[in-house]
Amino acid sequence: VARVFIPSMLRPLAGGREEIECDGTTVADVIEAMERSCPGLRDRLVEGDRLRPNLSVAVDGVVGSLGLREPVGPESEVHFVAAIRGGSAVKK
Amino acid sequence: VSTTYSVLGTRPVRHDGADKVTGRALYGADLHLNGLLHGFVLRSPYAHARIRRLDTSKAEQVPGVKAVITAEDFPQGPDRLVDLGEGEVPLSYVRGNLLARGKALYKGHAVAAVAAASGPVAEEAARLIEIEYEPLPHVTSAVDAMRDDAPVLHDDLRTREFGKATERGGNVADHIRFTLGDADKGFAQADVIVEREFDTATVHQGYIEPHNATALWNTDGRIHVWCSTQGAFVVREVVSCVLDMPVSQVKVTPMEIGGGFGGKIPVYLEPLAALLSRKSGRPVQLVMSRQDVFEATGPTPGSHITVRMGATRDGRIVAAQAWLAYEAGAYPGAMVVPGAMCIFAPYDIANVAIDGYDVVTNKPSTAAYRAPGATNAAFASESVVDELAEKLGLDPIEFRLKNAAREGTRRADGPKYPRVGCLEVLEAMKAHPHYTAPLGGPNRGRGVAIGFWFNVGLASSCTISTNADGTVNIVEGSTDIGGTRTSIAMQAAEVLGLRADDVYPAVVDTDSIGYTAVTGGSRTTFATGLAAVEAAEDVVRQMRERAASLCRCKPADVTHERGTYRCGDRSWTFAELAAESGSIIGRATVNPKGVGGSFAGCIVDVEVDPETGRTSIVRFTSVQDAGKAIHPSYVEGQMQGGSVQGIGWALNEEYVMGPDGAMRNSSLLDYRMPTALDLPMIDTCIVEVPNPGHPFGVRGVGEANIVAPPAAIANAIHKAIGVRVNRLPMKPETVMQALWARG
Repeated sequence: VARVFIPSMLRPLAGGREEIECDGTTVADVIEAMERSCPGLRDRLVEGDRLRPNLSVAVDGVVGSLGLREPVGPESEVHFVAAIRGGSAVKK
Repeated sequence: VSTTYSVLGTRPVRHDGADKVTGRALYGADLHLNGLLHGFVLRSPYAHARIRRLDTSKAEQVPGVKAVITAEDFPQGPDRLVDLGEGEVPLSYVRGNLLARGKALYKGHAVAAVAAASGPVAEEAARLIEIEYEPLPHVTSAVDAMRDDAPVLHDDLRTREFGKATERGGNVADHIRFTLGDADKGFAQADVIVEREFDTATVHQGYIEPHNATALWNTDGRIHVWCSTQGAFVVREVVSCVLDMPVSQVKVTPMEIGGGFGGKIPVYLEPLAALLSRKSGRPVQLVMSRQDVFEATGPTPGSHITVRMGATRDGRIVAAQAWLAYEAGAYPGAMVVPGAMCIFAPYDIANVAIDGYDVVTNKPSTAAYRAPGATNAAFASESVVDELAEKLGLDPIEFRLKNAAREGTRRADGPKYPRVGCLEVLEAMKAHPHYTAPLGGPNRGRGVAIGFWFNVGLASSCTISTNADGTVNIVEGSTDIGGTRTSIAMQAAEVLGLRADDVYPAVVDTDSIGYTAVTGGSRTTFATGLAAVEAAEDVVRQMRERAASLCRCKPADVTHERGTYRCGDRSWTFAELAAESGSIIGRATVNPKGVGGSFAGCIVDVEVDPETGRTSIVRFTSVQDAGKAIHPSYVEGQMQGGSVQGIGWALNEEYVMGPDGAMRNSSLLDYRMPTALDLPMIDTCIVEVPNPGHPFGVRGVGEANIVAPPAAIANAIHKAIGVRVNRLPMKPETVMQALWARG
């Protein structure tokens, strides 16, 4: 199962846990699994059918461009991080 | 990662060199079109004011005036988020910064624009526009803007916390937090704790070429824009969104660019020129004055930062805490996120807590500036690291080495580092002759610091077409700020087995190349270079197919080595095969994942005049991990440029704000940037720890070099005169105040 790290500000929704273990082969699967154990997390990460604006997901330390469709391996680490764009972090 | 190269690592003459040194390169303001009109933008004289009434009728009646626009001329409709190259922003903010609607939020905020037969006529007419302002209280620093009784810029602004709007109003647009381990427990283990507060001033990128835009809204409904930009596709998207036009109806031609450093990613003039063109039926050109550039384009945020760090007696950093408040200017987006991500990036620390605040103020909306947010942060953290080393009696580089981040170190924002060159940069600093050279005089001190920038990937496209004489043309969409035509051409040449001179690069308009993200984030030699590599590999593949057809074998039987194709006993040079094959076009579009962050450090010797507080740079050495230096001269140029900008930030540069909220020094005479006469030669030392995410190991070198200089200079000043200066710029007045405070 993947290790999913909970962003600091969302840990109250996860009972204070820093990380949880989730099944899934994509980031979307993992978020659904998170939502089942920690209701409310999905809404803070997802808007409609994509990651929230200005949020990226790093799987095993690598930020890809597929967002929710990013593949997740059985031993993967998943982090939700701020999107870094051309020369800056996102301008909100 | 390959290590033996024919082209990479050499120093060919840049492809655009002749045009640049003879003055023939065409910049935006050089453009002249038939029937061209000249525009003038009228700006708010107040830092914060409600616009009660705006009457353009007198301006419209001036002979020679062809068009006048205000915010009312933008398409109206519901607000929505738009992605304009730097992340998603509300469209209302984008339009609001282009032309104020209802309120002016900073001195210099555009309010109206006029197009006329000449610039002076347009300006004279603009001065006749009648505007009734109701001046409002203003606030120009993040700390002041966070107070409960501060003037509020946006009534509808609510503080966001990780994707959720809270009920809190005011000027704090965003609060972010990163934690790792348990900071309280970490500090409990510490033998030495240092806590300090720091302030950094608002500074400008200081590109020499002012913003400019020329637009023609043609009778067929298409808009053609020529401008100075770091991202032609960003301009296309902004014009499309702001004017509610399909993206296919906008074509953007990037002209040569006279500097950007992040400041030419935002768009200020292009939609205005387009609107003026639509109203007048003529092409319209807008060119900013230097005062406009300072007062109305994005500088980098001023900030207030508190850092607390604890270490054990044996020199191990066990806890770190930071509180950062960055000024966003008029609209949210203060670069506090990357500042928070970078503040402790060079170190492996088990217990970290970082809080960051993005705060709107009555200043121009901030923009990226080389490693945005990181320089402010490193000034604070690297000053405290230096003080910790001193209290522990450790050499400052040894202390840093003992705690340095490496592959597998977990960053405060979560992910672990891949292969990075932090250790190698520190080792190179320690081994550099500068570090042990005599200081050579009284009141001199030597300081060191290190910094980090992530670098980015993003989309890039390239096409390569062969010519019958054995040369190729490469077409790309990345505007060339720092010699990237050549660094990209060299990567294609390496794959094709050609000389760099056999590759002719062209930066083209948005109709002529696939989507390419901004030239920023130190991404161009990495990502567009990768596109060039893949396009060149596509050419090689097709040439092997042609060779196979010529000798009736399979492509797999054709070998390629350094430009020579062989099949059995037949062989062709690239030129021979190109001549026999007819034109071949290779193409690639990439969005690479394997981004390699870059660490950069510096060693600086200063001399401080204890009578005046003036600090002189006596010697400066910049050390950076380039991954692979494709063209070492351009890498060195980036390191020198970033260092000099860091020196300016450290010693001289600041927005001096008057009590009325207006910038008092909006000229290059009064906004003092260092010149060649102020500085010694900036020595460079390139470290190469290959990035495994790029076939040649490229990381990107445009930004990390600006991060360390202010902290290194502060540390050197401390060594020279025994006081720590915690405020940028460390101008004579500030240094003297620190000396007097010591007594």
